Amino acid sequence: MATSAAISTNAHAASHSSEQSGLWSWLTTVDHKRIGVLYLYTALFYLLVGGLEALLIRTQLAKPNLSVVSAEMYNQLFTMHGTTMVFLVVMPLSAAFFNYLIPLQIGARDVAFPRLNAFSYWVYALGGLFITLPIFFGLAPNGGWFGYAPLSGPTYGSGFNMDFWVLGLQILGISSLAAAFNFITTIINMRAPGMTLMRMPMFTWMSFVVQFLIILAFPVVTAALFFLQFDRFFGTNFYVTQAGGDPLLWQHLFWVFGHPEVYILVLPAFGLVSEILPTHSRKPLFGYNVMAYSGAMIGFLGFGVWAHHMFAVGMGPVADSIFSLATMLIGIPTGVKIFNWIATLYGGSLRFPTSMKFAIGLIAMFTIGGISGVMHSSPPSDLQQTDTYFIVAHFHYVLYGGAIMGIFGGIYHYFPKITGRFMNESLGTWHFWLNFIGLNLTFFPMHFSGMLGMPRRIYTYDAGQGWDLFNMISTVGTYMLLVAGFVFAYNFFTSRKRGAVAGNDPWGAPTLEWSIPSPPPEYNFAQIPEVTSRYPMWDLKAPDRTAGIAHTHADAADIAEAHAVPVHEETKRKTAKELGIPMPFPTIKPMMVALGIIILFSGLIVMHAGKFPLAMATMLGGAAFMVGSLYAWLTSPLE
Amino acid sequence: MATIAATASGAHEAHEHAHYTTTGLNHRKIAMWAFIGSECMLFGSLISTYLVYKGRSVVGPFPHEAWTSPAGQVFKPILNIPVTSMSTFVLLMSSLFMVLALAAVENRGKPGYEGLLGSSKFWLAATAAAGATFLGFQAYEFTSFVHEGLTIRTNLFGTSFYTLTGFHGTHVAVGVLWLMTMLFIDLKRGLTPKDAINIDIMALYWHFVDVVWIAIFTLVYLIK
Repeated sequence: MATSAAISTNAHAASHSSEQSGLWSWLTTVDHKRIGVLYLYTALFYLLVGGLEALLIRTQLAKPNLSVVSAEMYNQLFTMHGTTMVFLVVMPLSAAFFNYLIPLQIGARDVAFPRLNAFSYWVYALGGLFITLPIFFGLAPNGGWFGYAPLSGPTYGSGFNMDFWVLGLQILGISSLAAAFNFITTIINMRAPGMTLMRMPMFTWMSFVVQFLIILAFPVVTAALFFLQFDRFFGTNFYVTQAGGDPLLWQHLFWVFGHPEVYILVLPAFGLVSEILPTHSRKPLFGYNVMAYSGAMIGFLGFGVWAHHMFAVGMGPVADSIFSLATMLIGIPTGVKIFNWIATLYGGSLRFPTSMKFAIGLIAMFTIGGISGVMHSSPPSDLQQTDTYFIVAHFHYVLYGGAIMGIFGGIYHYFPKITGRFMNESLGTWHFWLNFIGLNLTFFPMHFSGMLGMPRRIYTYDAGQGWDLFNMISTVGTYMLLVAGFVFAYNFFTSRKRGAVAGNDPWGAPTLEWSIPSPPPEYNFAQIPEVTSRYPMWDLKAPDRTAGIAHTHADAADIAEAHAVPVHEETKRKTAKELGIPMPFPTIKPMMVALGIIILFSGLIVMHAGKFPLAMATMLGGAAFMVGSLYAWLTSPLE
Repeated sequence: MATIAATASGAHEAHEHAHYTTTGLNHRKIAMWAFIGSECMLFGSLISTYLVYKGRSVVGPFPHEAWTSPAGQVFKPILNIPVTSMSTFVLLMSSLFMVLALAAVENRGKPGYEGLLGSSKFWLAATAAAGATFLGFQAYEFTSFVHEGLTIRTNLFGTSFYTLTGFHGTHVAVGVLWLMTMLFIDLKRGLTPKDAINIDIMALYWHFVDVVWIAIFTLVYLIK
C-alpha cells in the first residue's frame, strides 16, 4: 500500500508503462483505460455477432415462406439477437465509456477499485462466451430475450437452451453490479478538488444515474432468475401454474428490471451526445442543471412504468391508467433533453465532424422512437400494437437510433483521445449516411407492417397480406447496415495506426479529459487538477464562450491559481515511477475469480445432463477456485 | 487510491494512510452502502414474492393453518414460533456483540478496554458464534419441516419460504465466514484502531442482514 513500497518494487513499477503490450499485460491489467479498451473491442465483436444474427433473421423474412434457417434456429436467432444486443453490446459499449471517461472527466487517476473493475470485465467477457457459444451446437436460448416463464420453465423449455440463458444472465448481472458499485464510489469519492456535482461533465452525470439504475434494477431480475433457476434445476413451483404459481410474477419482476434497463441502455448515449453537441457548437450545454435533473427524473420515473409492457394481460382499468399516466409523464424529462440539445445548437458556431452528425442523428431518430413510445403508453392503442412489428420499429428507433447512434458518435469523438489519432472523416461520413439511411430503411417500414398486423417473432408469413414489400425493404436496409459496419470497421482499424495525429485537445472541447495527452499516460494526471468551473478548458482557451453564464465561468485569479500546471504535455514521457505516483499492480486474480464463477455455474448444466456426481464436483471445484482466488486477491496489496 | 491533490512528495507521505477522498469517507464504506441499497431490492423481491404467494398453495402443509390431505393425513401448522423467537433473539444479540467488537478494535489499549470484555477477539468470536447458532437453528428448522412433509417442492409455501429464508441464511453464512476471517487476522497479528474501518464495514453488512431478518420474522412468522 505504501507509496515508498510501490516505488521500491522496481520489477512491478517497470512493467507499469502504458507502452507495454503483449497478451499477459492485457489479462492482468487493472488500468481503467485499458479495461475500457477491452470492453470496447469485446463489445464491438459482439456487435458483429448480434448484427449477423439480425442479418439471418431479416434474410429469412425477406420474402414470404422462405426457409433460409430452420424454425428452431430462427427462435434461437431472435432470442440471441436481443440478448446479445442488450447485454453483450450496448451495456458493455457504455461500460467502455464509463471506464475510459469517468476517471478522466472527474480528474482521478483510476476508479475506486481497480481490481474489481478488471473482475467486472472478465465476468462479462467469459459470461458472454457462456451464453453465445451454445448457438454453434443448436443449444442457444430460444425463449425470447425476456424469457417469459412458464415458457422458459422446465415443462415448456426442457432443453439446455434456456439453461444457458438463465445462468448466462446471472453471470452478466454480477459483472454489471460489481461495476456499478465501483463507479458509484468513484464518482462520489474520487472527484478532484473543486469538482462539485454540478460541475461534473454531463456524461459523468448520466453515468452516475445509470449506476443507480443498475444497482436497484438488477437485483430484481436476479431474484426472478433465481426463481426460474430453482424451478428448472431443483423442481420448485415459482412459475408452475398447476401448483398455484402465477405466470404474471415473472412478467412483473422482469419488467421492474426491464424498463429501467431501457434507460440503462440509452442514458449513457445521451451523456455522450451532451459532450459532443456543446463541443462542436462551441457553446455551453443549454440548461445544464435541467439536463442533469431530467436525467435523474427519467431514472426515477423509470421504476414506475414497468407494467406498460403488460397492458395486454388485463390488469384492470386502475393499474392501466396509473401506468399509462406515468409513462406519459416520462416523456416530459425526455422532451426536455431533446429541446435542450436543440437549444444548444441554436446560435452556436457549428462544425460537422462525424461525431456531430451522429449526435444530431440521435436527436432526430430518438425523437421518432420517443413519439411512437408515447403512442403505446395509451392502453387502447397499445392493445393494437402489442407484439406487432410496430413495437419492433419503436424500440429499434430508441435503441439503434438512440443508444447505438450516440455510442458511434462517442467513438468518433473519443477515438483521438484513446489512440492519439483521428478517424478518417470521409469514411466516417460514408459510415454515417449508410447507417442513417440503412437504419430508416430497416425500421421505418416496420411501422407499417406492424400496423397491418404482422406479429413479432414469427418464423415466416404468407404472401398477400400487404407485408411483402415492407419486409423486403427492411431486409435491404439491414444489408445496408452491414455495409456501413464494414466501412466503420475498416476506418477504425486503419485509423489506429495511420490516422492523422491528434493532440491533447483536437476538438477544442471544454472538459478535463482533454487537458492530458492523447493517449493519456497510465496515471492520467501528472498533477491532480483544481477545478474552478464547469468548463475548465474553455476558461483557458476560449473564456468568451462561458462569460456571463452562471456556474460555468471561473475568474482570472481562480484560473491562474488552479491551472498552475494546466497542460500536461511535458510529462508525457515520464513514467509513474519517475513522478512518484503509486500505481496498482497488475494481477491475474480477478480473472481467476471470474473463471471460478463460470465453472460454478457450468456445474448446473452438467446437473441437467444427469451427471450428478460430476456436477457436484464441478460446482464445488468452481466454488473452491473462486473463494481461493478471492482470498488471494484480498490478501495481496493493491499498489 | 491515489487521488492526491498535493504536489510535493512530502504531502504524499502525509496522505499515505489517509488517502484523499472527496467526501472524506472510505471508498469501501460507500461501496458497502451502495451494496446494501442493492440488497434491499433483492430481499424486497424475495419478500414480495413470498407475500404474493401467501395463501395460494394448492396443497399443505401451511404455515399457520392445519391441513388434512385428501388421503386423510393431518398436518399441524408448520411454523414453530417459540423456537424461531429464540434464534431471532440470538441473531439480535449478535448485532450487540458486533457493536462491542467494533468498539474494542477502535479503542484498543485505552482504559476500560482491558480484559475479556474489552477484547475484540472475544466479541468477534461471540458474534460469529451467535451467527453460527442462528444457522444451527435454521438447519434444525429446515430438517424438522422436511420431516413434517414440507420440502422446497411440496407447494408454493415451501418454494417461497425455503428460498427466502435460505437466501437470508446464506447471507448469515457469508457474514460468519467474514467474521472468522477477521478473528483469524486478530489472533494472528492483533487488530489495531487502524483496522477499525474493516470491522466497521463488516458491521454494516452484519447489521443489515440482521435488519432483514426482523422484516422476515415479522412478515413470515408473526403475521398470520
